[in-house]
Amino acid sequence: MPATVLDLRGTAGVYRRLLVAGFRRQWHYKLAMFAGLFTNCVFGFVRASVMVAAIGATGGFAGYDAGSIGAYVWISQGLLGAMQFMAAEIELAERVRTGDIAIDFLRPVDVQLGNLAADLGRALCTLIPRGIPSLLIGSLTFGLVLPTAPGPYLLGALSILLAAAISYLSLFALTMIGFWVVETRGFRSLYQTAGTFLAGLFVPVHIFPDWLRAIAESTPFPSMLQVPVDVLSGRATGWDAAALVGTQIFWLLVVGALGRVMLAAGRRKLEVQGG
Amino acid sequence: MVETTVRPPERRAAANSRFGPYAAVLRSRIRAQRVYRLSFASDAAGATMVGLVEFAEVWVLFNQAKVLGGLDLDAALLLFGLSNLAFALAQLMCGHLDKLPGLIRLGMLDIYHLRPQPVLLQLITSDFSLRRLARATVALVVLVTGLVRNDIGWSVHTVGLIVLTVVCATVLFAGLFVVAAGCQFFLIDGAELTNSFTYGGSFAATQPASVFPTPLKLLFCLAIPVAFTAYFPTLALLGLPGPAGFPSWLAWWSPMAAAWVWVLAWGMWRFGTRHYQSGGG
Repeated sequence: MPATVLDLRGTAGVYRRLLVAGFRRQWHYKLAMFAGLFTNCVFGFVRASVMVAAIGATGGFAGYDAGSIGAYVWISQGLLGAMQFMAAEIELAERVRTGDIAIDFLRPVDVQLGNLAADLGRALCTLIPRGIPSLLIGSLTFGLVLPTAPGPYLLGALSILLAAAISYLSLFALTMIGFWVVETRGFRSLYQTAGTFLAGLFVPVHIFPDWLRAIAESTPFPSMLQVPVDVLSGRATGWDAAALVGTQIFWLLVVGALGRVMLAAGRRKLEVQGG
Repeated sequence: MVETTVRPPERRAAANSRFGPYAAVLRSRIRAQRVYRLSFASDAAGATMVGLVEFAEVWVLFNQAKVLGGLDLDAALLLFGLSNLAFALAQLMCGHLDKLPGLIRLGMLDIYHLRPQPVLLQLITSDFSLRRLARATVALVVLVTGLVRNDIGWSVHTVGLIVLTVVCATVLFAGLFVVAAGCQFFLIDGAELTNSFTYGGSFAATQPASVFPTPLKLLFCLAIPVAFTAYFPTLALLGLPGPAGFPSWLAWWSPMAAAWVWVLAWGMWRFGTRHYQSGGG
């Protein structure tokens, strides 16, 4: 028993270091992050113009007005880099395809948790050059309305962290398909497009017709974007916000377990060709 | 059934003409993709879904707003169909120019420089993904639905405008991919920047330009004139008034818009290739 405790303590340090390494690695790609911010802003301008015009034409819908729709657009653009939707991670996919993943199995680090820690570091890093400027540019150009109390920001920070973890773990589970099929490009492009749509990137999930909203809410995607946006923008407060974070914890456990099962099955299936 | 060694004589004759080599490469790319049927079917199914989801984005918004920027859902079908059909066709031809930063980083672009043909033409024919036809098909279905559901005064004029628009818009989007490729020589690390005018341009083209504030209107009507790919033609087809300062005959100016983008593309590509220094390898 003492040995197990000791082991866990030792590994916690490793994961913390992986997280820091992920952060530092991303920090070196300054031009890449600037490029990401620029593209986020162009899409943000187009989306915000369309949304504000739609609000103007209808006098508001699904509880949104001009200020809150602006907050929705610019927070979601700012979080996009952290959620790893657009550049569906291919490094791990490539390791699965080539069989290099076998080497990862030999390391004293859990493959799923180790990759998660490194990606959380990357995600947290992108929030500085992409998330914060995106909010600033949005508030300077479109005048978004943000909450004034500290509560939404504290719970929002937790929600963003959970969203980043869910988004990585679900991409991890998707990547595991690579143990059975050679090329996962089709799956990844479908995940990227359908995922961003169901997550509420292009239009808020709240304005989906009922049937489409039911489909979206039966997937983990809204927990990756719409939920942190709702919590951070103060659209949901108090117990409603806590319930949303509860849904995120549920999806974290579901996609985490799915990834573990697939990883274990893939490990049994893995056959390394000579070398 | 796959022919490998025996070539019919007419193909050899074609290979002697100036564009023969490119035609031969394209033919082989198309044949190669048809050999692995299951892989192709899953790719095509994926691309169809992508097209459907992109349409759903537009549909959900118009379903909620009813009228946006002077257009209703039926008009939005035309807008989406025209711009997305052209974008999918341009992507079929030039979409893989996105991969240029990878080629540069690995030092593989040098291979293209060694061959006695223009690098750009070689790159364009280096990959030809038939799965992208699936996306064009979705756009075509939306466009035809839009043409049926709207009250359009059919004449030689309108047919001519539709054909002219699709051809010029395809050329325009293809030009944007080349502009992006030219920038990649400088932006190896920051390749995502160019998505703002390829994919961002396509995204802006599916929205009614009248909703944009003035700086964006100038951007999408003049600098990167994607408004010519669908918005102006849609207004002309439906006889709708455009935003102030944009008369309806602008719809016929898509060749000028496409030519302008290709001036940018030519300049950017030349600038980029002159700047290129091999990454080794």
